[in-house]
Amino acid sequence: MAEMDTSSGGGHKKGPGVKKGKKMSTRVDLTPMVDLGFLLITFFVFTTTMAKPTVMKMNEPKDDTPPEEQMKVKESAVMTLLLGKQNQIYYYYGTLTAEGASEQFKVTDFNNVGKLILDKRNSVPDGDKSKSDLMYIIKADKESKFKNVIDILDEMTINGVPAGHYAEVDITDTEAALIKKTEESSGIK
Amino acid sequence: MGRAKIPRKSTNIDMTAMCDVAFLLLSFFILATKQKPPEAVAVQTPSSTQSTAAKDPSESILITLNAEGKCYLMLGEKTKRLEIVQDLNTTRSLGLSEAEMVKLSKMQVIGMPLGMIKGVLGLNQAVPAEKLEGIPIKDSANNEMMDWMRSVSNAYKGTNQRELEDNILLKGDMEALYPQFKNIKVALKKNDIYKFRIVTNGEAAPLGSELYKNNKSGKKAE
Repeated sequence: MAEMDTSSGGGHKKGPGVKKGKKMSTRVDLTPMVDLGFLLITFFVFTTTMAKPTVMKMNEPKDDTPPEEQMKVKESAVMTLLLGKQNQIYYYYGTLTAEGASEQFKVTDFNNVGKLILDKRNSVPDGDKSKSDLMYIIKADKESKFKNVIDILDEMTINGVPAGHYAEVDITDTEAALIKKTEESSGIK
Repeated sequence: MGRAKIPRKSTNIDMTAMCDVAFLLLSFFILATKQKPPEAVAVQTPSSTQSTAAKDPSESILITLNAEGKCYLMLGEKTKRLEIVQDLNTTRSLGLSEAEMVKLSKMQVIGMPLGMIKGVLGLNQAVPAEKLEGIPIKDSANNEMMDWMRSVSNAYKGTNQRELEDNILLKGDMEALYPQFKNIKVALKKNDIYKFRIVTNGEAAPLGSELYKNNKSGKKAE
């Protein structure tokens, strides 16, 4: 009968020239794997808490308030912010006069508007009476984006303008025309 | 003589246990986080520093405005959706049958003009939201959101006005144009809804700003 020769190779012999199968440790260094695990945990923890939607409470005025009951504000304490296309903000203080319009009408953007809001707030003298006159009027042009409106309202909150001291109003034709003119001259499409 | 020899120990620690803990935690977090339900209408909301958490959409009346300016309405499960639809059916005399009204109230996204409701309900398959043309909100003369909001406020008549105000969420895409947003506001205001909520992405107040200082000192800005 044929038999397998199992004794060859010298399983037990340890003579010279016989290669010894090296015994490798089965232990693996798990440190990098632990690192990876914790990295993923941190990632998941951060991403899940950050994407929480929040709400902005809107409080719209009634449109049909008769003119004599509407709020009167002092001209000197008013700043009007106009939202144009391409995230541009145009602003002026007080009321727009026909002859001084080009001088009054200024341009800024969302990075700098916060400072202007603060400056205006600080320029109104302290004391209960005059501080309560402070008013920001926000007017959005038809080319502006939804984001712009939310951003400017948020800017009011960021700069600590109390509720009731800013309002969103419809844009007038004069202002819309002025925005258009400024946009054309500065090449904003 | 004398001193006991301190045996030198290896500085290698067995990392297996720590690895187990790390992955256990990882799997826990992955499984425990509630998966955001896929949104029927893709919208990128603008961010704001507001900290009030948004209500669950299943409990609210969600008006969505996408980047193209299409407007959709989603009636949450816990709202009076059947009453709203029934009221709309009578006020605008749509002539829907009882079964059709139930079907309409259970639609996830409502985004068609009133005249097309019957047609869309008659289809066997659900139409994906982006294929619908949206609720017309063009101007005050052709603003069907106004009709919807009238029915909403009728359905909530008798309850606290505050409850209704809490329930109305407006979710707009950053790129949506202002006039569309304004038309939705008009629709709400025409029905004496002056307070509503806008869904935004929460972000932290910028360092050093007035709001940041207020938050630090624990003053609540309202």
